[in-house]
Amino acid sequence: MTRPLVRPPRKNPILRTRLPTLPPGARSRVALGLTAAAARGRFELQVCRDCGTVQYPPREACRACLSPRLDWRAQDGTGELVSETTLRHSHELFFRERMPWRLGLVKLDNGPIVVAHLHGDCAAPPSRVRVRAHLDRAGQAALLALPDKDTPHMADDRELRELTCDPKFRKVLVTDAKTPLGQALVEALVTAGTDLVWAGEAEPWKKPPGYDRLKALPQVATVPLDVTNSRAVKELAGEIGGRVDIVINTADHHRNFGIAARDGVETARAEMDVNYFGLLRLAQEFAPAMRARGADGQSSAVAWVNVLSVFALSNFPPHGTYSASQAAALSLAQCLRAELAPAGVRVVNVFPGPIDDEWNQTLPPPKIAPARLAADIVAALRGGAEDVYPGDVAQDWLERWRDNPKALERELAAMPQP
Amino acid sequence: MSDTVLSRLLAELAGGRIRIVDLTQTLSPDFPQIVLPPEMGQAWPFRIEEASRYDARGPGWYWNNFSCSEHTGTHFDAPIHWISGRHLPDNATDTIAADKFVAPACVLDCSRQAAADADFLLTVGFLRQWERRHGHIASGSWVLMRTDWSKRSDPVAYQNIDETGQHTPGPDTDAVRFLVEERGVLGFGSEAIGTDAGQAFHLKPPYPCHYYMHGSGRFGLQCLTNLDLLPPTGSLIIAAPLKIKEGSGSPLRVLALVPQAAPATAAPRVAHKATKKSRARKRRK
Amino acid sequence: MMRARTAYDDIVVAAPVTVPYVRYSIRGAHWFLAAALAALIKRAGLAKDKLDGLCVSSFTLAPDSAVGLTQHLGLTLRWLDHIPMGGACGVVALRRAARAVQSGDADVVACIAGDTNHTDSFRLNLATFSQFARDAVYPYGSGGANASFAFLTAYYMRTYGARPEDFGKICVAQRANALQFPHALLKKPLTLDEYRNARLIADPLRLYDCVMPCAGADAFLVLHRAAAEQLGLPYARVLGTIERHNAFPDDPVQYRGGWALDRDELYSQAGVEPKDIDVLAAYDDYPVITLMQIEDLGFCRKGEGPDFVRRESFTADGSFPLNTSGGQLSVGQAGAAGGFLGLVEIIRQLTGKPLGAAIDDARLGLASGFGMINYDRGLCSGAAILAAGQ
Repeated sequence: MTRPLVRPPRKNPILRTRLPTLPPGARSRVALGLTAAAARGRFELQVCRDCGTVQYPPREACRACLSPRLDWRAQDGTGELVSETTLRHSHELFFRERMPWRLGLVKLDNGPIVVAHLHGDCAAPPSRVRVRAHLDRAGQAALLALPDKDTPHMADDRELRELTCDPKFRKVLVTDAKTPLGQALVEALVTAGTDLVWAGEAEPWKKPPGYDRLKALPQVATVPLDVTNSRAVKELAGEIGGRVDIVINTADHHRNFGIAARDGVETARAEMDVNYFGLLRLAQEFAPAMRARGADGQSSAVAWVNVLSVFALSNFPPHGTYSASQAAALSLAQCLRAELAPAGVRVVNVFPGPIDDEWNQTLPPPKIAPARLAADIVAALRGGAEDVYPGDVAQDWLERWRDNPKALERELAAMPQP
Repeated sequence: MSDTVLSRLLAELAGGRIRIVDLTQTLSPDFPQIVLPPEMGQAWPFRIEEASRYDARGPGWYWNNFSCSEHTGTHFDAPIHWISGRHLPDNATDTIAADKFVAPACVLDCSRQAAADADFLLTVGFLRQWERRHGHIASGSWVLMRTDWSKRSDPVAYQNIDETGQHTPGPDTDAVRFLVEERGVLGFGSEAIGTDAGQAFHLKPPYPCHYYMHGSGRFGLQCLTNLDLLPPTGSLIIAAPLKIKEGSGSPLRVLALVPQAAPATAAPRVAHKATKKSRARKRRK
Repeated sequence: MMRARTAYDDIVVAAPVTVPYVRYSIRGAHWFLAAALAALIKRAGLAKDKLDGLCVSSFTLAPDSAVGLTQHLGLTLRWLDHIPMGGACGVVALRRAARAVQSGDADVVACIAGDTNHTDSFRLNLATFSQFARDAVYPYGSGGANASFAFLTAYYMRTYGARPEDFGKICVAQRANALQFPHALLKKPLTLDEYRNARLIADPLRLYDCVMPCAGADAFLVLHRAAAEQLGLPYARVLGTIERHNAFPDDPVQYRGGWALDRDELYSQAGVEPKDIDVLAAYDDYPVITLMQIEDLGFCRKGEGPDFVRRESFTADGSFPLNTSGGQLSVGQAGAAGGFLGLVEIIRQLTGKPLGAAIDDARLGLASGFGMINYDRGLCSGAAILAAGQ
């Protein structure tokens, strides 16, 4: 029975902070297909296009018919736990520091045998389990066997928590808490059990409706934060940086211009200054402390969330300069992901389609409601994905982009000007 | 230096009988910047990025790069800034004659009225009343509207924005026209974020101070401070904008030379019998 | 229909040598292999240039393979092989060398296996053991073979009712054997109580279930009987051998090895039955695999391993002499040399010169090999039946 998570005691400030270690991260290229799917919160295995055999471990040719035509397909992960062990000794520091560690050998219903981390609530073999793919702290796909049916406090299992970024009992910085999304996130985080939400405010004179109620919540502390102001970012990091477990960067400057529709670079520069340079400033000032705290107890530094836009994948010409700023931010976020990787801190990039807010007013539905987007972000933190495409439009664009990026480019250029 | 007006000026400065009062707000990223409707091109707030600080980027030196609008912090508005002044000759910061940068100032104390009403409008009536006490506003003077608005150190209070927009004091249309057409002033200065009142969009014409001042080749000063240290008349203002090619304005250092009633050295004031002259002087202040 | 396998007439093995095992060494694998080769030609009374064939097994020889050794050790050869098959490498090396000599491709083949062991080399080898291990096993707890064999042992216990004391009996017996083996690294007697109360490593495995990695080497010669007699070397004859890779791939857990598939052919080729075998050298990095070999090599039926263990005794003077050197579990596993340890001791027993406790009148010996947990099961299995020479 999983014990529910309790708030950790206050940290003893004079003790040395445990530094992050990682599970083994080396994978062959073909095995990275598992990682690519887990990054999107999916469990996929290779399936032979010619004979239908499901493959595991990942490989270059079908083990039944030698066909090289292996396609990654979603799996439901149902199977039987055929053996288990509890490790008391490991060759790697990461696991040595987390002994004992339960492992299982699972025969999936569709064929392969998999070695998996084993949730504490899985009954002794033989028993039915569900296997899921998560990213581990090294950022690589790892399989986890869960009990057949959900159990109470299932998410609080020790081994599962090493694969996720649950905000419960953690402290989170929402960089712009005043936007519709920012407000919805503050609300969703408080509901999810976040101990403290720092609500960043860029324009102190702005008073959006409903904001006063949020400010008054005991878990919320407002802080001045203008991501275009390097000194302000530095000062805030000096003040709270050592306590931030999760950064959610909601700061966004969004205008509706391509190239010809606006003279001068001022508007585009403002978009870049918030969307790209803002991220750079935040990362320079907040990432170092998070890097050091990747293994700092139960409420360790664990994730950095960038709310980007699906426009980052392929330019949406009516919002052309905005799209470009999002593409720049995406590239930088990948850099940040690499720099935070050694600390086991996950960079989560969220690519919503148009949010139902003022700057997307003239875009036709479907548009994603801020509350729904906030819920998806919290779910991604709990579920462990790192590339999140919430809502119908985002899913649609992603599929088109993966299928044929050039076709998507043409489709977006042909869309009527909203 | 031979005994000239300037050498006497230097002596008076050295002796503290003329003080230099700094009317300039510090340029920092925290200083509020004018906010236009989001659809418009915005004026950049002051931002400063370190280039090096005795470190790997430059071991022996410290320097920064900064960015801002021409209209950031304490700043000067040139006639070319407004559509009404766009075609006037010598209307940009690099073409305005330099002799315009030194001028006397008339300081209008509206601090009580502004404290009671953030939307206080300076009227012709107020001007005439001021002139009855302090004499005609001389041609070629700066007219500075003291509201003590600069004492609002909280940026939210300084902006004073609510659902209907910004609420800061300024002149009404008739007052501006009076100063331009009847008094031939050099320009208008304000402690708030604009020379026009915060709600001046609703005056006729909108933003009359900009419209008429710049439309007649005159200037503006904004975000001034320490106006409460100036006498109603008698100060000399030095306000020279950066020489930006075709510039519409620039942040600048605004200095006032202020004659002191008593010596600046710390000799205790000797109580003296109030003479008719000193009583009159007191009334003029 | 399989063709009949060619017999091994007059192909013999001789000159079993061991380079003493040490827990850690600063030397490289080349040093141990060179020492084995030197001991081999000294034992055989053979000039180095009379060797014309070489078979090498090592996990720590990188970046070299067998070829590098030819120049490193000054050998000019007309036959060379490299056997990267872990604990099956002894039997497989024997099979390769035997056919080479039989066909005339080589006359005298040295089979050598050896590895060094630095304080961190085991972990580094584990991390890159195979593509499947790196992708799908090592990231899960990094327990190494302990985890893999824990899965097998737990399954076996659940399926066939084996108890910890069944495995313990084997470990205790082998320790008793080891006390008489000069190269054994574990020299203290072991009781069943100590075995059962030792600390858990990976449930259900405890400390004495797990083999200890070390450095060392083993070697032997394969040559024609006539050549051995000419050198005055005692020898053992090769009667039959088998080899299998990736047997029973659809078994969900490895509860049987390739021997189950090939043992009839082994005994048929050798012309003997299991009851004729005087001594068994089973590959033993963990006791469960010993039970599996006992079953799969026909000494009892599948699933009757626990009963067999409870019935028999495994010391050199017991009813079923097993791993008379002490096996890897008490001697240590010098990397690939673990695949030679049992075979070399069988050759010694059959040539009347055991280093461990002697078996009365050992005439037939069976050496079994197992190895290469590429993912979730050992892929290689092999076995050889040898007979005492003259």
